[in-house]
Amino acid sequence: MEIRKPAVAGTMESSDCQVSLEPGEGGIDFTLESVVAQQFGNEIRRVALETLSRLGVDSVKISIIDKGALDCTIRARVEGAVYRSLEQFKDLPWGGAIR
Amino acid sequence: MIENPNKKRLRRSMMFLNAQKPSLIKDPYIYGADSLMLDLEDAVAATAKDTARFSLYHALRSIDYRGSERVVRINGLDTDLWEEDIRCVVAGGADVIRIPKTENADMVRAVEDKVLAAEEEFHREPGTTLLMSALESAKGVMNAYEICTASDRMIGVALSGGDYTKDLQTRITGTGVELMGARQQMIIAARAAGVQCFDTVWTNLDDMEGFRKDVETIHMMGFDGKSCINPRQIDVVHKIFTPTMKEIIFSEKVIREIDDKKAKGIGVFTVDGKMIDIAFYDGAKRNIMLAKAAGIYKGDL
Amino acid sequence: MLNAVGRDIPEEILKKTGKEVFQGSHHFDGHEFKKDGPKVRCVINQSGTKLLPSIREALEKCGIKDGMTLGFHHHFRNGDKVLNMVIEECHKMGIKDLRIAASSLGAQNDPIVPYIEDGTITEIQSSGVRGGIGKAISEGKLRGLAIMRSHGARVRAIETGETHIDIAFIGAPTADEYGNLNANGGKADCGVLSYSAVDAEMADRVVAVTDCLVPFPNLPAQITQTHVDYVVKVAEIGDPTKIATGAAKPTTDQRKLMMAQYCTDFVKNTPYFKEGFSYQTGVGGASIASTISLAEVMRERGIHMSFGVGGLTKPMCDLLDEGLVGCLVDTQDFDQDAIENMKTNPRHFYITAGEYADPFNKGAYVNKLDFVILAALEVDTHFNCNVVVGSDGYITGAQGGHPDTAAGAKCTIVIAPIMQGRIPTICTDCTTVTTPGEDVDVVITDYGIAINPKRSDLIEATKDSGLPFKTIEELRDIAYSITGEPEKVQFGDRVVGIIEARDGTIMDVVREIKPFSFRD
Repeated sequence: MEIRKPAVAGTMESSDCQVSLEPGEGGIDFTLESVVAQQFGNEIRRVALETLSRLGVDSVKISIIDKGALDCTIRARVEGAVYRSLEQFKDLPWGGAIR
Repeated sequence: MIENPNKKRLRRSMMFLNAQKPSLIKDPYIYGADSLMLDLEDAVAATAKDTARFSLYHALRSIDYRGSERVVRINGLDTDLWEEDIRCVVAGGADVIRIPKTENADMVRAVEDKVLAAEEEFHREPGTTLLMSALESAKGVMNAYEICTASDRMIGVALSGGDYTKDLQTRITGTGVELMGARQQMIIAARAAGVQCFDTVWTNLDDMEGFRKDVETIHMMGFDGKSCINPRQIDVVHKIFTPTMKEIIFSEKVIREIDDKKAKGIGVFTVDGKMIDIAFYDGAKRNIMLAKAAGIYKGDL
Repeated sequence: MLNAVGRDIPEEILKKTGKEVFQGSHHFDGHEFKKDGPKVRCVINQSGTKLLPSIREALEKCGIKDGMTLGFHHHFRNGDKVLNMVIEECHKMGIKDLRIAASSLGAQNDPIVPYIEDGTITEIQSSGVRGGIGKAISEGKLRGLAIMRSHGARVRAIETGETHIDIAFIGAPTADEYGNLNANGGKADCGVLSYSAVDAEMADRVVAVTDCLVPFPNLPAQITQTHVDYVVKVAEIGDPTKIATGAAKPTTDQRKLMMAQYCTDFVKNTPYFKEGFSYQTGVGGASIASTISLAEVMRERGIHMSFGVGGLTKPMCDLLDEGLVGCLVDTQDFDQDAIENMKTNPRHFYITAGEYADPFNKGAYVNKLDFVILAALEVDTHFNCNVVVGSDGYITGAQGGHPDTAAGAKCTIVIAPIMQGRIPTICTDCTTVTTPGEDVDVVITDYGIAINPKRSDLIEATKDSGLPFKTIEELRDIAYSITGEPEKVQFGDRVVGIIEARDGTIMDVVREIKPFSFRD
């Protein structure tokens, strides 16, 4: 899947995170700002990259501002941003690429 | 299609939560509500309808709600959202779908068709997803019985007082007078159909005494439970729905007597020297279930 | 060298400070020592005045010079102006290498951060540090070591002479020109001057700073003229709106109420909850809620508290007024109602920080506590608590009376939600140990209650209470199952601060922060 349009999902509320996507330059450019970076920074990155890879996104600039989101929320926000970028809101692959 | 064993489970309290807010859906089971209603409808802003589904899906898949039932309110049938909502919710494995603004049996069937299709698509056993309907208009309340009987998946109906009173051209007064007819109509319809009946929310959090009275009223009317908007309300509901010690002891005797005599082929039952009817049995069973849920029954029934 | 809570204290720090490692809360019981004493410049003649026109002049008269130790109290809390104005003046005079020995420091003292960076201040001793100073210390900007010690330990350090205060500045809500100081009245009313009592007795020079000069003699006086060298009148010693807030509305957060209810249900099932019990609680929402719910049980059963200790807020004062509490002994007031109650209720007594919590005197009030209800940033599976270092590795809190009351009370209860945001509060090992697990008896969370296994008496007493008991490991596992297992905070090598135990030994060290970087 190709990210052609910038997209944002999520909020800056506690336990949430905001994921912003921009078209990439042939790779994943990942940045993270997190209140729990010391404890979970590596995990957040792992989950975000795994989610992108499952969705078949391999070229994107992704930046996450995290306010203590659990893994399930990070997945949800990455997916939310990707499908917003693709403008796909129906017939989503629940249980497939989204899981 | 399977007969779902959870159809008649205990639902004294159903707490509403915005599915879009991670801080709310993270661990609401801690408050001990029988059911949690994760909302995709009114609580979610129009601009967040899409992202709320992903949050909801992952919450359903990955969070252990520790015994609280997971009900999801989907968007109305007058939107272009509800069908994808159903796919998301069924794939996520929610226990119950709550249909908002239900006015007739056809609406229930329309949802049922999509649910069945989704269960097939996502390889869930047909019949695992239960349904309930919110009645939010005069028409919905008038059609309560046909709605209650529209599907085998139906667990019951809930009153949505805010919209309903607008339709009546009145408002929530705090006295309950404006809700009397609907409540009466709905509980009768629900019992006639053999399903459950849930009351509307109480929004004035500063008036806990008013809330308590409201719950006592619907408890006396025969309702199965109350919708809650704040965890503080849950304990109040559960206390009111907890049988007294006297009721528990009596119920225990009723069950033992009837089970015992039936096993011996005897059709006459007495408790504490008085004749009782077989009709006591279901109520006694329910009392023991309520007492267990409240953590006050230590017997072996 | 490993200490009694399993922390490895670097040899170079032991050498540098001359301190020993922590060997247990009661290791020094019965220890004898000779108290330090102040230099006293006696006043015999009637002529002359103690009244000085400025902080500058007071500093000059006291002979301020590089490397001196200055004492301060934090009774004005977020509204304090005294410490900043004194340090500002020292900076203007070009003084360097000062050591600050404050009872606590907070964001109100952020203006002195530049003076840490420029070497005006090179050592800090405080109960803890919030705000910009904490950040500066964690980032390694303080040249010397920061020592974080409890309220009781501060008194001990000063009385043993480990910390000798050259000049103490005592912000006084009211003062007369001869140095009788009180905390009731004036513009910066704070109720009590408990933390300053030891400064008054032990500092070589004592300067009272006031914005409300009253006629001599200012009686009753919490600090008397016999200890005070100079009195300086300034425009404003504190911002009254930030000294004490209005009474906090009781929490409506169901999670806190739930934990408070667990706490009350636990307390009432212990053998200590009987006529004449004693009690202290903090100012957190759950602590205050548990005071309120415990009061209901007291009324029901006709049980009275003999004395309450504080750190006081309105709910405790209300119980005193109601007659459910015999008396309150007060070292700090957190809201306006508590300050008011200090004046109006004769059973509300002023006590010094030494009387409250000093482990090196002949017996402090904390030793007489039945219950203390505390909070914590982290509690680990050894029941050790951390109340100073935040999950981001920055110094962000204060010991206060946490280790003192925990060591003293018969039943120490810590209330904490199992996680805060994504940070598990219940963890395998605290980032930093501030209160040893041997002094923590019960941990109450929103997911259940863990009793320290060494308290088999409490386990036995409460086993039929119907409360949701779990082991501390179970609570940790629940927390990790939700948040994931946290990685340890990445610190640099340099030790920037030490967490001192009550007895002056080293409980733990705090290292310089290291910015987060991904693993590979």
